[in-house]
Amino acid sequence: MPLVLSEEQRLLRDTARDFLATHAPVGALRRLRDEHDPLGYEPQLWRQMAELGWASIILPEQYGGLDFGFLGMGVVMEECGRTLAASPLFASAVVGASAVLLGGSDAQKTELLPGIAAGELRLALALEETHHHRPCHIATTAVREGEHFLLNGNKTFVLDGHSADTLIVVARSAGAPRSPEGLSLFLVDGNAPGVSRQRTVMADSRNAANLCLDNVRVSSDRVIGKVGEAWGILDPVLDRGRVAIAAEMMGCALEAFERTVAYLKEREQFGAPIGSFQGLQHRAAQMQADIELCRSVLLQALSAVDETPEQLPILASLAKARLNELVKHVSNEAVQMHGGIGVTDELDIGLFLKRARVTMQVFGDTGFHKDRYATLCGY
Amino acid sequence: MRSYHTACSPSESSQYVTIAHREDNLQDLDQFRQDVRQWLDANCPESQRQPITAAEQYWGGRRGSFPSEDARTWFERMREKGWIVPEWPTQYGGGGLSDRHGKVIKDEMRRINARTPLYGIGIWMLGPALLEYGNEAQKQQHLRAIVNGESRWAQGYSEPGAGSDLASLQCRAEDMGDHFLVNGSKIWTTAADKCDWIFCLVRTNTEVKKQEGISFLLIDMDDPGISTTPIALISGESEFCQTFFDNVKVPKENLVGELDKGWSVAKALLVHERKLMAEMGSDTPRKVVVPNDAAHKYLEFADGRIVDAQLRSDLVDYNMQMHAIALTHFRSFEEKTSGVHSAAPLVMKYLGTEAEKTKSELLLAIMGSQGLGWEGDSFSREELDTLRLWAMSKAMTIAGGSSEIQLNVIAKSVLELPQPAEK
Repeated sequence: MPLVLSEEQRLLRDTARDFLATHAPVGALRRLRDEHDPLGYEPQLWRQMAELGWASIILPEQYGGLDFGFLGMGVVMEECGRTLAASPLFASAVVGASAVLLGGSDAQKTELLPGIAAGELRLALALEETHHHRPCHIATTAVREGEHFLLNGNKTFVLDGHSADTLIVVARSAGAPRSPEGLSLFLVDGNAPGVSRQRTVMADSRNAANLCLDNVRVSSDRVIGKVGEAWGILDPVLDRGRVAIAAEMMGCALEAFERTVAYLKEREQFGAPIGSFQGLQHRAAQMQADIELCRSVLLQALSAVDETPEQLPILASLAKARLNELVKHVSNEAVQMHGGIGVTDELDIGLFLKRARVTMQVFGDTGFHKDRYATLCGY
Repeated sequence: MRSYHTACSPSESSQYVTIAHREDNLQDLDQFRQDVRQWLDANCPESQRQPITAAEQYWGGRRGSFPSEDARTWFERMREKGWIVPEWPTQYGGGGLSDRHGKVIKDEMRRINARTPLYGIGIWMLGPALLEYGNEAQKQQHLRAIVNGESRWAQGYSEPGAGSDLASLQCRAEDMGDHFLVNGSKIWTTAADKCDWIFCLVRTNTEVKKQEGISFLLIDMDDPGISTTPIALISGESEFCQTFFDNVKVPKENLVGELDKGWSVAKALLVHERKLMAEMGSDTPRKVVVPNDAAHKYLEFADGRIVDAQLRSDLVDYNMQMHAIALTHFRSFEEKTSGVHSAAPLVMKYLGTEAEKTKSELLLAIMGSQGLGWEGDSFSREELDTLRLWAMSKAMTIAGGSSEIQLNVIAKSVLELPQPAEK
């Protein structure tokens, strides 16, 4: 049924919510942060998530997948957003898996997908080179040398780049510097000679890295898809990533919002719960209205991945732009409505605020997606 | 303020929701769609498949007339089919169909731009309330008359002293034994000067809490003691009126529901009213300008992009908002037919009417000085209409419960926030 979760999807959501509340509450992220955990996530948690099948939700059964559909992945991502659960789910099971699934040869799929599905192989997409999402602005070079390519360049904001087993590197073998033509995707071992990785400690205490590629030698059979024609794969992979991260952002916004509404009912000033004041009521009601719109947009975009992929570009941009603005607004209001305690580290709200800002930059900020939406609409 | 036919929006939702009708896997519905398509094709006159202007709408009633012979033919064919209101029971002139089947008819009508054959708050608001709260005699008397276009209804809710605080209304109905004696006035009674009947909220008890002393009465506009004055608006139109009741005798059998329990009927009817206002954009295509077309006509483009960065950004914001609203209407319908509860219906009046205002402001900005014409030959009909609709759009977020009241309702009913003490 379109725009309404099926019973199986609701069941998955409830299971995910229960599991994460027990095994990956917000306190788990706080602990990873405070202990300066070098990995940035709990391997035991990731194993359990994989056992639940989450790493294989979107993969076909022949590769060990659940083949449960992208909407199912969205449901899990949203629940992960509620508890800020840190794991390679997005980088590996959504983005990495999609790249191999959409662009990989049969041999590559057979080699890689079962490992991804089992949570044993972790992928990361090395795309960005500037501090804004510009998927065509690739200066990293790929120069052919016989049966190999030599990769040179720098990558930034590589989600889970510090811990991934295999990197998917976007590099240019032809075309103008800002052209979608001439790009290729390379499977590169995370520990290959010439790859240096530096974990970046960011506001959300999650995991990203800067990469330096210095004459990294990659065999030509490690190219995903055809050389120079990566854009046809990369664009839909990014759209899937945008929709999935939008689902996480929905969870993040909802949790911050619900905690705030609960606080409005409990906190008393001037002899009354502050939630009885119209100034706050109207702001909360406007957020509820925005949430309703974002819910529909998100469901439609998630469904489009499997059912109407021709509509995915415009829906992915709609979803990412709207969720960017939702999570920004809700996280700001959450802090403000909590008052003084909202700016303390003791309260979890600050963690939602910080995660929100990082997700807003993942695969396109609002300006990027408004521009893309307008362009797709012909103006 | 309450107004419906002033709605300024075209059928824009179809441009956003191009989803294949996946639910139609149900064979029955698929076959039904084929039948509807075939019937409409054979029976909807060509002239009734064009965007409609206000003057071309048929509102029925004793004072109403068909704008054209084709409009009459189209109306009569639809009435015989029971498709004026497909979801009403057949014994009252409806089609006896499910919501889902009703939606198929509406979708198919929209697909060929078929005009709404009969407009009126009898169909949209009073009918659903009578079906829920009316007695058999009232249903028999009024529902078929509405469907047949024989009676046009007005709404008597607001009063000069009771706007957002509707329950404080003072229009009085005194129990005189065999009838009620009504005294007072109602304001924003849309097109009351053209209506045959008016449904009114009246005070029947002053000794109790304000909501508990209100009754719901059906009053014949031809009754002695009723007078109506149109109100000139900033749009230059006067579709709203004030209606005065001076010792009007109303038979006892015109009471809908129980005495003093009219507030429940009023609230149920408001749900229909707000749904209607929220969905203004999704009925028959109207002959009005839409922002995307206006942009191509009035703005400078370079390399396929609007040069003015601010207007381009505003246009994307508007289109994204309308896209999201259209998807939410769709989700809301799907949830309702699958029995899933959601908060979506309660936010739609607020969102839909605010978006209408935004659209009108955007159109004016896109047209620049050419969008500011009031009358005369220097401006096209479309340009003049756009400005008048802009002025009318200001009423949308006031009528049917203002945006502020809508936010109060969301805070109370969805978020369950504590209520302020009422003075």
